[in-house]
Amino acid sequence: MHPAPSVIVFTTLSGLGFGMLAWLGLGFPLVTGWVAFAMFALAYALAVGGLLASTFHLGHPERAIKAFSQWRSSWLSREGVVSVATLTVMALYAAGAVFFDVHWALLGWIGAGLSLLTVFCTAMIYAQLDTVPRWKTPLTPVLFVLISMAGGALLAGQIWAAMVLFPVAAICQVMWWLRGDGAFKLAGSTLATATGLGDRGRVRAFEPPHTGTNYLLREFAFEVGRKHADKLRVIALTLGFVIPFSLLWLPFSYAVVLIAGLSHLAGIAASRWLFFAQAEHVVGLYYGKR
Amino acid sequence: MTTLPKKTDKKLGLVIDLDTCVGCHACVVSCKGWNTENYGAPLSDQDAYGANPSGTFLNRVHSYEVQPEDGPAQLIHFPKSCLHCEDAPCVTVCPTGASYKRVEDGIVLVNERDCIGCGLCAWACPYGARELDAAEGVMKKCTLCVDRIYNDNLPEEDRVPACVRTCPAGARHFGDFADPESHVSKLSAEREGMDLMPELGTKPVNQYLPPRPKDEMEQIDVLAPYLTPVAEEPNGFLGWLDRALDAIPSRCEMRSDCAVSDVRKTEDV
Repeated sequence: MHPAPSVIVFTTLSGLGFGMLAWLGLGFPLVTGWVAFAMFALAYALAVGGLLASTFHLGHPERAIKAFSQWRSSWLSREGVVSVATLTVMALYAAGAVFFDVHWALLGWIGAGLSLLTVFCTAMIYAQLDTVPRWKTPLTPVLFVLISMAGGALLAGQIWAAMVLFPVAAICQVMWWLRGDGAFKLAGSTLATATGLGDRGRVRAFEPPHTGTNYLLREFAFEVGRKHADKLRVIALTLGFVIPFSLLWLPFSYAVVLIAGLSHLAGIAASRWLFFAQAEHVVGLYYGKR
Repeated sequence: MTTLPKKTDKKLGLVIDLDTCVGCHACVVSCKGWNTENYGAPLSDQDAYGANPSGTFLNRVHSYEVQPEDGPAQLIHFPKSCLHCEDAPCVTVCPTGASYKRVEDGIVLVNERDCIGCGLCAWACPYGARELDAAEGVMKKCTLCVDRIYNDNLPEEDRVPACVRTCPAGARHFGDFADPESHVSKLSAEREGMDLMPELGTKPVNQYLPPRPKDEMEQIDVLAPYLTPVAEEPNGFLGWLDRALDAIPSRCEMRSDCAVSDVRKTEDV
């Protein structure tokens, strides 16, 4: 799949932002006043920034409001609805903490649940697709939520939680990669099933429909940079999980959290680039690409 | 509404005969011609006359080579457009309700005024039937020429999809699969019409007729008996002459270092 920068920025930033909101909603840490303002501002900047970035890959972003209508069937629509609900509920909770020095605990818990539900919906947009076997697994939402919670714990200063969540998320990431590498073959779609001609011999793509490229090839048959996949996995794992985890053992300071957070962001961005770039869509079969 | 109807009154679709298709791409051209100036936004091209042309097509013809265990390989032309699946995954993923499957005839359509161009429906389609138009930013797909098949302004014979109307080989057929007595239902039953990627459970309406097995005729050559070599060893007078001449020792044979080429040089044989 084509790794569109807008979608990588979206899943990376908003995942981290909603993870941080979840911890703030649960009351870890229980902050008020200016400290609360700064933390909520950061979480909102990440979450909303990511959501805004996601609109850049739309053909008609001015009609985005219509995307709230089909929550009964569409995970993308559900994500929109749940994210707006999260941001609204958490805005009320944040207003209480910042301006009135109170914590409306119930509101915070609901907001925390909605935050994680938003990340879950984001992951399900990908995990629902039968056409991309690498994504079609319950591990995908588990991975997205774990990464979101680990990064959120780091930014919310929940060192002990982060110390547990980073290794768990890293293990899940490695499991997701290992499963993904055999997923396409295991799913069983081949040029033989795609054409229905497999029972009469070995099928080979002889001629593409057109001499030029097209939308399908640009969007689904992306193969640039696959050869660097292993190196990028090591980079993603190191920057995303190992370095932030190691920095947690240093005495707490904002500088350390800043470095750990930036390293984590860069690592997760690399992981998300691979998430798209390595994903094989079955339509590639018709073009002899798999 | 992007939930799928439980049942549609009709199941309009195509039968594509892989045995008959000659790969002329006439259906591709007529499809683009009709659909670029009728339903919805035009089908744009980018860099149409330049070095890297690309454009939106609702129907594309692939060609595949099938190599059996023994015997010669077979070339099969393979037109592919929207299969108007009963369980269309492209419809349910749509966040805006722009994609829908019609209850009355099962045609899968895009309401382009509601489409935000997110591309998720194209991701969900295993067949590559949907293409996001680069100029308009909306999703384009086969409409089964919904603006032809019910169009009273057209002569009756033209009220079929453009691809079907134009196919010079008669490889494309249009009809209602919900009616077991329809032309397409019968054709599909008779020729064992198949689903593409049945393992994905999309239940395509369009059916593909597999190529008929190639005839294996024995090689019969009526001239062969007349072309077998006549007597290899001469007999009769020629045979006697041959043996007699062999009996005369040549100058070459009297030498031990005789080479075959020397025989030809000897002038007195």
